[in-house]
Amino acid sequence: MNTTGKRPRSFYFLTAFFALFILFLYGPTLTIGILSFQGPSGGLTFPMNGVSLHWYFRLFEQQAVGDFGGSMTRSLLLALAVMVTTVVISLSAGMAFRKKFKGSGVLFYLTIVSLIIPSILISLGIGLLFNQAGVEPTWYGSAFGAHLTWTLPFGLLIMFAVFNRFDKSFEAAATDMCATPFQTLRFVVIPLILPSLVGVGLFGFTLSYDEFARTIMTSGSRNTLPLEIFGMTTNVTTPVLYALGTLTTLISFVAIVGTLLTLHLLKRRRSRIQAG
Amino acid sequence: MTQSRYTYLQAFPLLTIMLVFLVIPTVMIVVVSFWDYNAFSIIPDFIWDNYDFLLTSSVTWQAYGKTFFYALTSWALTLAIGFTAAYYMAFHLRTTKAQTICFLLATIPFLTSNIIRMISWIPLLGRNGLVNQTLLSMGLIDNPLEFLLYSDFSVILAFVHLYTLFMVVPIFNSMMRIDRKLVEAAIDAGASPSQVLTQVIIPLSKSGITIGTIFVFTLVMGDFITVRLMSGGLSASVGVLIYNEISLLQYPAAAAGAVTLLLTVLMMLAILFRFANIREDL
Repeated sequence: MNTTGKRPRSFYFLTAFFALFILFLYGPTLTIGILSFQGPSGGLTFPMNGVSLHWYFRLFEQQAVGDFGGSMTRSLLLALAVMVTTVVISLSAGMAFRKKFKGSGVLFYLTIVSLIIPSILISLGIGLLFNQAGVEPTWYGSAFGAHLTWTLPFGLLIMFAVFNRFDKSFEAAATDMCATPFQTLRFVVIPLILPSLVGVGLFGFTLSYDEFARTIMTSGSRNTLPLEIFGMTTNVTTPVLYALGTLTTLISFVAIVGTLLTLHLLKRRRSRIQAG
Repeated sequence: MTQSRYTYLQAFPLLTIMLVFLVIPTVMIVVVSFWDYNAFSIIPDFIWDNYDFLLTSSVTWQAYGKTFFYALTSWALTLAIGFTAAYYMAFHLRTTKAQTICFLLATIPFLTSNIIRMISWIPLLGRNGLVNQTLLSMGLIDNPLEFLLYSDFSVILAFVHLYTLFMVVPIFNSMMRIDRKLVEAAIDAGASPSQVLTQVIIPLSKSGITIGTIFVFTLVMGDFITVRLMSGGLSASVGVLIYNEISLLQYPAAAAGAVTLLLTVLMMLAILFRFANIREDL
C-alpha cells in the first residue's frame, strides 16, 4: 500500500464506518453515564429532570441495592487474587510449553476447551461437584477456580504470543555467565516480558471482576458484584441501576488506563536505558 | 532428565486447575445427566429419561432452532463489521501509533462488564427511549416501535455489540502478517482493488476469520444471559433452558441439556478447526 500521497475515496468511507463502529461500542455506555446523573425525580430514559448525584448517594443506602458494598469488596478481592494467580500460572505454563513435553498437546487443547466451553457448563459442573463432595461453594473457593478456567486460557495464549517472538540468545548469554535458572528467570526473562505480564494481569483482573456466567452456581450464598447487578435488573426500576453500572465501568476503566500508563512508562524507561 | 522434570513442574499448576475445575466438573455433568431427581433432591441412578424427555420435547427443538438463528445472524454481522474494521486498521491507517490507538479503542469495551453493556441499551431502545423519541419527533413514525427492545432484534444487536471484538482481533492479527509486497505485486500485475481484496487479502486472512468464527459461534451457542436480559424472558435459547432447569434445581435435566449442547458445539468445532491451526496462528 502507498504510505504517502493522496488518500483513495474508500479511505474516507471506511473512516466514517470505523467512527460509527466506535460510537456503537461506546454510545450506550455513555448514555447510562449521563442518565446516572438524573435529578431525584428522573426516570430510566431521557429527558433529564435536573442534574444531581442523588442516585450515587442512594447506592450506599442499604435498602436501595441489596448488599452493594459487600459484593463490590468481594468482587475486587476475587479479581486481585485471580489476577495474581493468572500471571503466575500463565508464566509458569508458558515456560513449560517452550519445550516439547509428553502431554503438552493434550494440556494445550484442554486450555482451549476451557476457553470455548459454554460457561454454563463450568458453572453447573463445579456446582454439582462441590454439591456432591459436600463442600460449600464459596466466592473465594469454587468461584475462584471457575474464574481461572476463563482467565488462564487468555493468559496462556498471550504467553504463547510472547515466547514465539522471544530471542533465546538472552537466556543463553545469562547461562553462559553462570546464572542459575532462577537468576535467568528473575533478571533476564521477567524484565524482558514484563509488559506482557502486566497485560496478562489486566486480563485476569477485569475478566474476573466482570464475570457472571461462570459465577452463577459457584459463588455460594454471597453474591459477587455482577450477580448483584443481574439481580437488580429484574427488580430495580430507577437510575440507581445506571449509577452502579457507571461506577463499575469506571473501576474497569481505572484498571485499564492504569495498566496502559504503566506499560507506557515501562517502554519509556526501556528506551532511555537503551539510549544510554 | 532433571530438565524434563522441571518442565512438568512448570506445567503442573495449569494442569491441576484444568483437571479440578474443567475435566472433573464436565465428567460430573455427564454422570449426573443419567441420574434421577424429584422435587427435593437428585438421586444416583442410570436412566435415559432425561435425554428421552429432552430430545422428544418440541421446546428443545425450538430452542435449538432459535439458538442457531441467533448464532448464524450474529456470525454474519460480526464478520462483516469486524472484517471491515480490521481491514481499515491494517491497510488504511499508516502509522503504528494510529493503529495502536484504534485497536485499543476497539478492544477496551471487552474488559468492561457485559451485563452493564446490555443494560445500557435500555434507555436507547425502550418504548420511551432515545431512538423512538427521535423518530417520533422527526415525524418518521406515528407510534413507538415495539420491536426495538425485548425482541430478537435487541438480542442480536447485543450479541453484535458484545462479540464483534472477537472477530476484529484475530482478523487484524492475520492481516498485519500479510506481506505488503504481495498486495503491491497484485496491483502491479493489474489487479483491481476488489480483486486485491477477494484474491489476496481475504484468503490470507482465513485463519483469523476462522478463529473469530469459532469464538462467536461458541459464545452465542452457550449464551443464556444475553438472551434472557435482551429478550425480556420472551425468547428461549438452549442456554436459557438449561439455566431455567438449574433455577428449578432439576440438575439431572439441566445436565442432560448441557451434555447435548456440548456435543453440538464440539461437532461444530470439529468442522471449524479444519480451517485453522490455533497454535501456529498466534
